[in-house]
Amino acid sequence: MTFVKYGSILLITFVLFAGIAIPLSPSPQNWLQFPVIPGLEEKARNILYHVPIAWTTVVAFLVSTFYGFRYLKTRNIDYDIKSVSSAGLGFMFCFLATVTGALWAKFNWGSFWNWDPRETSIFVLLLIYGAYFALRSALETEEKRATLSAVYSMIAGITVPFFIFVMPRIMSGLHPGAKGDAEGSGPVVQMKMSPNMLVLFLLGLLGFTLLYVWLLNLRVRIARIEYERSIHHD
Amino acid sequence: MSQFSSTYALIRKDVHSELRTRYALNALLMFVVTAVATILFALRSDQPTSSVLSGLYWVVVFFTAMSGLSRTFVSEEERGTTMTLQLIASPSTVYFAKLLFNTALTFSMTIAVTILYMTVFSNSFVIKTFSIFAGTVILGSLGFAAASTIIAAIVAKANTRGTLYPVLSFPILIVLLMTVMGATTKALDGEEFATALPDFQILIGYFLAMTGGSYLLFEYVWKD
Amino acid sequence: MNSMTLTVDKVAKEFNRRSIFRDVSFSLSQGQSLAITGRNGSGKSTLIKVIAGLLSATRGTVAYTVDGNSLNVEDLRYHIGLVSPYLQLYDEFSGSENLELLSKIRSDLGSDSKRIQEVLEAVGLWERRSDYVRTYSSGMKQRLKYAFAVLHRPSLLLLDEPTSNLDQNGITMVAQVVAEQNRSGILIVATNDADEAAWCSSSIELGLP
Repeated sequence: MTFVKYGSILLITFVLFAGIAIPLSPSPQNWLQFPVIPGLEEKARNILYHVPIAWTTVVAFLVSTFYGFRYLKTRNIDYDIKSVSSAGLGFMFCFLATVTGALWAKFNWGSFWNWDPRETSIFVLLLIYGAYFALRSALETEEKRATLSAVYSMIAGITVPFFIFVMPRIMSGLHPGAKGDAEGSGPVVQMKMSPNMLVLFLLGLLGFTLLYVWLLNLRVRIARIEYERSIHHD
Repeated sequence: MSQFSSTYALIRKDVHSELRTRYALNALLMFVVTAVATILFALRSDQPTSSVLSGLYWVVVFFTAMSGLSRTFVSEEERGTTMTLQLIASPSTVYFAKLLFNTALTFSMTIAVTILYMTVFSNSFVIKTFSIFAGTVILGSLGFAAASTIIAAIVAKANTRGTLYPVLSFPILIVLLMTVMGATTKALDGEEFATALPDFQILIGYFLAMTGGSYLLFEYVWKD
Repeated sequence: MNSMTLTVDKVAKEFNRRSIFRDVSFSLSQGQSLAITGRNGSGKSTLIKVIAGLLSATRGTVAYTVDGNSLNVEDLRYHIGLVSPYLQLYDEFSGSENLELLSKIRSDLGSDSKRIQEVLEAVGLWERRSDYVRTYSSGMKQRLKYAFAVLHRPSLLLLDEPTSNLDQNGITMVAQVVAEQNRSGILIVATNDADEAAWCSSSIELGLP
């Protein structure tokens, strides 16, 4: 975990500084220059933070659902602790992805919110997290809370493929990869980045993922201690 | 075979019970009338576009469903008959019986809303491509019932049922709502049947995925 | 009549981290009966639910055999009858309608209208068979629960608080059901009443420190 902790701090710091400091150039000569992407210009730098955060949101949701599934199979409450800890982090990253996305949208597309398919998807993910925590607080016994919230996150998970694969194809959107985008309508955004930007982008993905792993580990450890203490207080 | 006859018997019980008590039916009907009347007041003499009308159509269906479909499980829970059913029927029997009952309720609700809309918006709510409309209403009702049945089973076990039901259902139903709204607009605009095929594929996929997932997960919700 | 055995092995149930009971073990076969006693909150009803397959045990196993073959939980419903304060019947149907529709949901072909008449007469509700259950008194509802519990001639009959709401006449009716079950199957009674516990050939007490 020490490696994960310092790794994430190091990577995110590096990406943050490098992403801001490297100058743009219409025709990049060396590794210390980014190309100018028409229409994005300086705003393109946000891809190094916004996309990794959105990615982490999805990872957190999948991890939460996976541990919910493990709970249903084993009835071991520790899996529920992991599941809810990951959902809490997912909620935080989801919020950050929404904010970074809305800011970027404001300066690129003119308004904070446009109901583009991906914006709709992240909005739905926020709602799912909200509903998940509302459900948990409405259930009194621990076993029921763990079981029903696991079932709910799996039912919500069933709708995720519809958002990733289906909606971008039927709705026109502004994000790359949406219907009407010249590069086709694949679910995965085509990588058109220059090699040095791509390296930085991948380092950002790794950094934010490691940050998530570290935070999840912390949260799970705290939740376990609280759980132990609440047993002894009974 | 016994699974089939059990499911059939449970649906018959629910239908008879509903006809006798009118727990859901009257409330649903009144809700439809109230919601449509409110929309009429808001629009007054405006001529709404087809996309506004199809949006409002499914808004009425959504909120009506949210006011009534949870009853299938909540009423069993409130009367203490959940345990009786657990004792005599397998979880899959209960799930499919409640799913079919909710499908029938949703479908009759959409028919009621359709008739009302055709009467009060006789100029603007004209179904030009009937095949698209029929397909959307049938497949939409199936998907609606599939999602709201499993959520109703979850909500019946919680202690703030009334408010929780729409909160839990909405995120699950958004994909469905967006698709049926789009397809209904196509039916009102008189587009070719083929243009709605992608929508129908989504609706069928949604229904199958939701039913399959619910079937596998229902036992965890149903058994204490 | 099927010959049934029931084996409860080191069963424990926890609820919200609180242990309700643990290490409960016993086994019963045809013609044997067991009284479960214990103070309020000792988990008698919970143990009955675990045996009936309505709740899963946190630890331990409950196993059933019928005619020497082990029985899976799916088929348990044909062999088990339960009377419990938690188990309700449908208010908006009459007594005979309740028995009819519940046996259809169980897809139990043996419970025809003749059998329904037989059990309704046995519990003294035949005269009131067409009245809605919502018009029944609590004692009559308890009698109807007995009719429902024995309708399909279960090999395993579970009674939780068997005589609640019943008058003297009703208690005599229960004693007859108990005597019948003691001849033909397994009987388990959860009670705090010494007279009721005396119906059974053995007993266990829950909640002992």
